Amino acid sequence: MKDKLKVVHYINQFFGQIGGEEKANIPPSYKDEPVGAGMAFNNALGDSAEIVRTIICGDTYFNENLEEAKAEIKKYLIEVKPDLVIAGPAFNAGRYGMACGAVAEVANGELGIPVISGIYPENPGYDMYHQYAYFVETTNSAAGMREALPAMVKLIKMYIEKDGDLGRPEEAGYLPRGIRNNIFVEERGSLRAVKMLVAKINGDDFVTEYPMPVFDRVDPVPPLKDLANAKIALVTSGGIVPTGNPDHIESSSASKYGKYSISGVKDLTALDYETAHGGYDPVYANNDPDCVLPIDVLRDMESEGKIGKLYDYYYSTVGNGTSVANAKSYAQEIAAELVSDGVQAVILTST
Amino acid sequence: MVKEIERAGLPVVHVATVVPISKTVGANRIVPAVAIPHPLGNPALDDKAQKNIRRRIVEMALDALQTEIDCQTVFGEE
Repeated sequence: MKDKLKVVHYINQFFGQIGGEEKANIPPSYKDEPVGAGMAFNNALGDSAEIVRTIICGDTYFNENLEEAKAEIKKYLIEVKPDLVIAGPAFNAGRYGMACGAVAEVANGELGIPVISGIYPENPGYDMYHQYAYFVETTNSAAGMREALPAMVKLIKMYIEKDGDLGRPEEAGYLPRGIRNNIFVEERGSLRAVKMLVAKINGDDFVTEYPMPVFDRVDPVPPLKDLANAKIALVTSGGIVPTGNPDHIESSSASKYGKYSISGVKDLTALDYETAHGGYDPVYANNDPDCVLPIDVLRDMESEGKIGKLYDYYYSTVGNGTSVANAKSYAQEIAAELVSDGVQAVILTST
Repeated sequence: MVKEIERAGLPVVHVATVVPISKTVGANRIVPAVAIPHPLGNPALDDKAQKNIRRRIVEMALDALQTEIDCQTVFGEE
């Protein structure tokens, strides 16, 4: 029988049971035992593997102090020399996904330790770090923990049984890592290519062996020419809304955006504006909404003649867990209105 | 969102704290912000100093909007 695999588990402050957003600023720390979902992992892994250390870091700290956090976590990993790292699952939490991905980069990219994690495919952490971990696809919220956990356990067990050779993503049940491996197949390439072509001509299903990457990039448009006469608009994904959130924009996975008049408004005050955004500590934005949406400064610059005019409305939605498809359609509508109202440039602020 | 605004032909600058996310989503003009819960302010400072920081970031954003670029560019980085 093989020895039990030594596992290190990475989780954020919330799953580490330290606290919510008010603790998102904590630097990395560790406990030499499983914590939270780690206990469920440990139970399910039985004799095959054991979590010997749990590393916990605040999501905000991690993202704002990326290099420091990575260096500290690397130290913790080198101390233990685990056989495997489990990160998350992060679901669609952007900062958490970025942190799990960066942990995978350190563990796998720098130390050669395999990493198994769980993530929602739209999480930017997947896009950025997919080559460093075997990511199991999860739902977009932690409500999917019940499915994510057994799926990750299954992959870990498979990893142990197959001695690290998981095979193709679709067979093993992890998200593609964008890695190509040499494999032996029965039919030679020319024959496979011709078969694929025939299938395509016949309108039959076929599976490409080399999917083309999708680059959805927009070329930069030419810069603004005449700032002193330009109409500038503000858009934010930071959830700044008039007090009471009249459109009931959701604190996460927003299903809408709002358009609010700021005609005559010189400064956003705690009395009149607040944030609807969940997932970050709202105290600062509620105390002074200008720190997310800089109306005060732009009004000053307007009266100094530095900019032509601040557009009479601002647009706001909540970026937290909002699907790419929704964000895209909001922005298309917003952009169309801005263009037709003669806006010449946009400042978009994100929390 | 930045991408769709740019696709509509408007120059747009993304003021964002987590620059790697901004790059991943495809913003072309990026200005790094202060911190996630207060991108354009720093509550540790008094109101005047906070506003100065905000002014600096907004000025940087407006500079970015007036700068010709041909690829993703992070402004204000040394």
